Amino acid sequence: MAQGSSTEAFVEFERVQKSYDGEKLVVKDLNLSLPKGEFLTMLGPSGSGKTTCLMMLAGFETATHGEIRLDGKSINNIPPHKRGIGMVFQNYALFPHMTVGENLSFPLEVRKLSKSEREQKIARALDMVQMGEFKNRRPTQLSGGQQQRIALARALVFEPELVLMDEPLGALDKQLRETLQFEITELAHRLGITVVYVTHDQTEALTMSDRVAVFDDGRIQQLAPPDELYEKPQNSFVAQFIGENNTLEGVVEKIDATTCLVRLDGGEVIDALPVNVSKVGERTRVSIRPERVESNLERLHPDAHTLPATVQEFIYMGDTFRTRLKVAGRDDFIMKTRNAPDQPRLKPGEQIRIGWLAEDCRALDA
Amino acid sequence: MTDSATTPPRQPMAALPGGEVTEEGPMLAADGRPLKHSLNRALRREKLRAFLLVSPLLIFILVAFVAPIADMLFRSVENQIVSETLPRTVAALREDQNLPQAAPGEPVYEALYTDLFIAAEYKSHTRLGSRLNYEMTGLSSLFRGTGRDVGRFDTDIYTDQFIEAEPALEDPVAWTNWMEQDEIRAGLPFTADAWDAWVKLTVEANEDDPLEEDVEDFVYTALYRDLANGADPEGFPDVDVSEFETVSIKALFEESDEDWVDPEIWQVIKTYSPAYTDGYFLNSVDMMNGPDGDAQWRPADEQIYLKLFWRTMWMSLAITFSCILLGYPIAYLLSTLPLRSANVLMILVLLPFWTSLLVRTSAWKVLLQQQGVINDTLVWLGIVSDANRLALINNATGTVIAMTHILLPFMILPLYSVMKTIPPSYMRAAKSMGANDWTAFWRVWFPLSVPGIGAGSILAFILSIGYYITPEIVGGTEGVFISNRIAYHISSSLNWGLAAALGTILLALVLTLYWVYDRIVGIDNVKLGG
Repeated sequence: MAQGSSTEAFVEFERVQKSYDGEKLVVKDLNLSLPKGEFLTMLGPSGSGKTTCLMMLAGFETATHGEIRLDGKSINNIPPHKRGIGMVFQNYALFPHMTVGENLSFPLEVRKLSKSEREQKIARALDMVQMGEFKNRRPTQLSGGQQQRIALARALVFEPELVLMDEPLGALDKQLRETLQFEITELAHRLGITVVYVTHDQTEALTMSDRVAVFDDGRIQQLAPPDELYEKPQNSFVAQFIGENNTLEGVVEKIDATTCLVRLDGGEVIDALPVNVSKVGERTRVSIRPERVESNLERLHPDAHTLPATVQEFIYMGDTFRTRLKVAGRDDFIMKTRNAPDQPRLKPGEQIRIGWLAEDCRALDA
Repeated sequence: MTDSATTPPRQPMAALPGGEVTEEGPMLAADGRPLKHSLNRALRREKLRAFLLVSPLLIFILVAFVAPIADMLFRSVENQIVSETLPRTVAALREDQNLPQAAPGEPVYEALYTDLFIAAEYKSHTRLGSRLNYEMTGLSSLFRGTGRDVGRFDTDIYTDQFIEAEPALEDPVAWTNWMEQDEIRAGLPFTADAWDAWVKLTVEANEDDPLEEDVEDFVYTALYRDLANGADPEGFPDVDVSEFETVSIKALFEESDEDWVDPEIWQVIKTYSPAYTDGYFLNSVDMMNGPDGDAQWRPADEQIYLKLFWRTMWMSLAITFSCILLGYPIAYLLSTLPLRSANVLMILVLLPFWTSLLVRTSAWKVLLQQQGVINDTLVWLGIVSDANRLALINNATGTVIAMTHILLPFMILPLYSVMKTIPPSYMRAAKSMGANDWTAFWRVWFPLSVPGIGAGSILAFILSIGYYITPEIVGGTEGVFISNRIAYHISSSLNWGLAAALGTILLALVLTLYWVYDRIVGIDNVKLGG
């Protein structure tokens, strides 16, 4: 899915492990490679090891085991300042004792560029983030969004091929975050730089990235483009973590290559797509997206299994209706329906039947 | 740019709702009054409450701290002792034309006789002697000696001749009657003054009844002066004094101590006769009032204070600098270590605070002396020969070493609290941009830690400039500070005026430095915590 021209690996993690205390592995056997020009997001809850991976790539942490390669060369023993990787931090890390211009000049000065070259590059970088007139301000005189633009410009001013971003938008409000999300992706693709982006915000990950690596417990749970990640989660963690998700638990009763039957703990039988199950009798957790739950049974296959459900709550959301149902003993089952003329507005206590296409219901690990 | 600051500037809560902006003029509250007014009124209660909460401490500080200090500082210019002890002499000196070329004339000595006689009775002449001794050595013993002699001056010849000429003059009751008559008092000014002084003296100092005592010689001497001047008040017995045998008071003083005719001594008394003096301050900077009344340098062998001030300054600077040198790396380590190890290290830093200052200083005495641990070790290692043991104590070196140790926590704590606020991401950012460890430190970390250095330095410097105990114990003669001299004048030489002047200069010095520092670094940049 890389948008860059090259398919050759630009950044590579090979069997990388990391432990801080010698007792617990924070990163367990990480293998990851990304081509030049790709925008890759590391997504995961806090403590999942994503930031550690980023820090190892930047050189601020050393890998306990394994090799990290940049453009084919191992960088395990190269100190951070020689890696030539741009970096954007969550708290912006703009030097408060320097003006915006001086901040941008810093990486150029340590590279011993001439004054005219510096001026030229600074002006170009500031224009890139539309902050040209703020050159002589102090970072403290800027708003959060402006500071992050400057931080971005500073990370790009020395023209690195790889830029790392550690939750750069975490401290901004929602509207600003969305604007900047767009600006960052647009800029990254325009400049053709490779970006490794760390966030715990799944919307951010889905909207910005070429590919997303979902981290949990020190491992990549799934590495896939956003649509695949959302529609075809490989395991129940990913299904839970990305987007809204309904989970039901049960035992595989019948299985073939494309479908399986799952008997829920309440006794009901449903259709599902076998993803992480292989044999009859295995416990499984099935995952259905709320918008794939169907209450209009005519739209389903006539043989499809359906379930009885009791309406608990009906929430009018404008473009959609959100209905909380009691299904198979669980009362947190969500159904999301489009606001269409033929869509009934349900009332609490109403009894309905629901179903879904077998391929929308993924039988994952228990 | 579409985005604005994420947090709007905080504004004080309006006291009353409904604040509206009129086209022009101030913001008005709902009741139409200026909003500022309403706000102030609403805050008044809170302010009052706050004031009440601090008032016990405020009163305590005013009474126990500010007032004594103000009083002490006042002593640096106060000089009423001369004019209070020798009021008549001071007045007579003002009239005198002989000074500074020659000793003053007879009237000054006559006035001094009365003054000194009374002062000797009150025993206040020794205090005056000590005071004037600060300005000129020898004056203390001069006053003491003559104070003993003054009661035995040969002025009784006047007494005897008066009583012989008019026996009524022996009777204190008759004197009392005369001295109640205004015409007589006006006619005999010296006598009236002497009489009043004698009555006061008899009642106050000797607790006797003047009506039953013999009138003292100095009253008769004063009477002689008046009558010799040609006074003849109505109602007072007529005594012809032209045939009286006389005696020169000046000669009597000269007989008691020939220094009394030395014009230099009289010049000192005259110079210090006003109620306020700059003498203590001049003394504090190794100057004095010369014979012609102009300020001039003291003789080179008496110059000590400027040297001491200078030494206090440079040694305090040396101590502050050593504190930075030793404290900075520790503070850096403290701020970068994980919390648990940092806490252990912090306890070690604070440990000196929990040990008595005296114990720590004495420990340095043990370590630094010629036969001490450090010298022994150096000799044992062969670095220093036994004959050339290092002089590490009782000199400036000893003071700098011990003071650095004692003031180190005052440097580390502000440094630490500032460094703690520097996010580690700054260094990472610098390195990610290609700066090596040193450049990242020097260009990013160090400038951000400067407020900590400033705070620590100002604390260590001000503490050290006024330090007393440690220099006293380990400083010997070469390593003592101005404060040791102040303490000496407070408790040993009892020259409180000089001590106060030195203290005032020290205070002014610190305040000036503080002001300069504020100008250069800005006191707002100093962070002592949080």
